[in-house]
Amino acid sequence: MPIKLPFRPRGGEFPPDLWTRCPSCGDMLYNKQLEKNLRVCPKCGHHFRLRVDARLAHLLDEGSFEERDADLESVDPLAFVDQKPYPERLAAAKVTTGLRDAALWGTGRIAGQRVALCVMDFAFMGGSMGSVVGEKVTRAAEHALDERIPLIVVSASGGARMQEGTLALMQLAKTCAAIARLAEEGVPYVSVMTDPTTGGVFASYAALGDVNLAEPNALIGFAGARVAAGTIAESLPPGFQRAEFLLEHGFVDQVVPRHELRDRLALLLGYLRPAEERVGARAAAGDGVSGLGGFNPLGFLAGGGERETGRG
Amino acid sequence: MADAPTAPGAATLDARAHAWERVRHARDVKRPHTLELLRLMATDVVELHGDRLFRDDPAIVAGFARLDGRPIVFVGQQKGAETEENIRRNFGMPHPEGYRKGMRLFALAERLGIPVVTFVDTPGAFPGPASEERGVAESIARSIAMLTRLRVPVVVVITGEGGSGGALALAAGDVVIALENAIYSVISPEGCASILWRTADAAQEAAVAMRLTAGEQVALGIVDEVVPEPGAGAQDDPAETARRLKPAIVAQLDRLAGFEIDELLDARYARYRAMGAFATAQPTGAPRPERPGIAERLRTLFEIGRITLGGPEPAPLRPQAADETDEPPLREEI
Ligand SMILES: [Zn+2]
Repeated sequence: MPIKLPFRPRGGEFPPDLWTRCPSCGDMLYNKQLEKNLRVCPKCGHHFRLRVDARLAHLLDEGSFEERDADLESVDPLAFVDQKPYPERLAAAKVTTGLRDAALWGTGRIAGQRVALCVMDFAFMGGSMGSVVGEKVTRAAEHALDERIPLIVVSASGGARMQEGTLALMQLAKTCAAIARLAEEGVPYVSVMTDPTTGGVFASYAALGDVNLAEPNALIGFAGARVAAGTIAESLPPGFQRAEFLLEHGFVDQVVPRHELRDRLALLLGYLRPAEERVGARAAAGDGVSGLGGFNPLGFLAGGGERETGRG
Repeated sequence: MADAPTAPGAATLDARAHAWERVRHARDVKRPHTLELLRLMATDVVELHGDRLFRDDPAIVAGFARLDGRPIVFVGQQKGAETEENIRRNFGMPHPEGYRKGMRLFALAERLGIPVVTFVDTPGAFPGPASEERGVAESIARSIAMLTRLRVPVVVVITGEGGSGGALALAAGDVVIALENAIYSVISPEGCASILWRTADAAQEAAVAMRLTAGEQVALGIVDEVVPEPGAGAQDDPAETARRLKPAIVAQLDRLAGFEIDELLDARYARYRAMGAFATAQPTGAPRPERPGIAERLRTLFEIGRITLGGPEPAPLRPQAADETDEPPLREEI
């Protein structure tokens, strides 16, 4: 159904609840039209951040999403107090976003193909990864392994959540371990990096996809650009830490415009079929028999009787 | 509470001083680093160089050594003891090729069936453009993933600064030992302070709030064992430090050698799987702890810590800027 555009107000009086200025081309965009266009500027293609509900609606077959573990909530294990207690920050984020934390996971279908999917939302405390986000990514990966369906994680995060201290840091280890097991067991994983994917999320599961995709111009990096430039007083290369920079340097496979993402995932899923379960592979490996106990279609990759060791 | 022996403000000062002393010790340039400790406690040390892909990173050292005759593969960050060496070693801040050298050695250890001992001492991975364009985040993620599945025992020793992801890249193992004055944190206290307090001057507050001391990391279940340091700290007596550390490592190597490797991998997975604290929301009423015990146990431990050390006092109220939001900056220095 076509959306009726209101007349453009004169004299720069665009009510902010109806209009958004595109930071790239400066054009004023009518919010309803922007939403309908998946929050991509129709004029210049700038990708605004997408909330988790819109992302799920776009990527998954209608009505196929079944959310899991929706009831997980952050606690305050360190009794962390900075200028505002952590529980207050959490409570405020819940009110403004309507979410319990910065990630959702569940199962669904993309063009009929069943997947485990975890989607992050930057609106909840900058998409920061604390125990709940780490737990959801891990449960999604473990479920993908149990059901032997591909895993997709759509990241949007400023990094680890400082208020959970090293418990947040340990979510890097927890999620990497779960992703490493998927690789070991031949279950494929696609990482989709959206603006921004930085810090501890980039330095764990987001970097480890069998296929890594990124949205155009998404900020993807390890350290803050200020830190990176300041430390060594060196000017930054053009496009530093943008999706296209990562593509050029070999860390993402494709930069995919949002409108094409669903079809691209569907196309990839046709190839990314989980390997047949290696029945007894593990027991055999324990006996040093290199996985002969089960059919292993990728066995030739392991080479010379060596066991596969799950390099992530 | 009017008759409490110490005023809350004074207790907070104590807590700050206590945490900050650990930070200063952990960063002391005279503290023994990976190679110094190995020279003091190991024999037949052979260092191996290069990641076979780009170059040799002097911020990470790796090779073979023997502890009481037992062969190990060691991988650790290496700072310098004086300015010139520190510059060459990039102050112990590895580039991706350093972590890739480590991974090369992990693979070799697995092939040879030799246990791995890692030594962690870094402010963090190097955050420069060269590091980014060669994929420092990818190298950290892959190193962590590889360690979690490596089919030989992995003993981790945090000797100084455990600086976030750049430390964890070498610190995912079966057991984690820390020297008494070692610290472990998700971000540097200065970085945390500049983001959450909006000034690096609050680094001491941040050090307290993040619970970064070795003892507090034991309470969190992230560090398993703390080895006491001699005198005022390891920097005063490196030889005695090594003499105390060696039996702790050897005991863990002997203990881990007693497990079947699949058993060990399951335990290693379970170790990290259990890390974190969260609750399950009830449809009505207050959240209830998902795993009764963990959150409560931590709380109890920290309550005890707060009583004995003095806890962080709520920051003085200041007028909130109108534009202040809960969004942390886009990127942080992890
Ligand atoms: Zn535009």
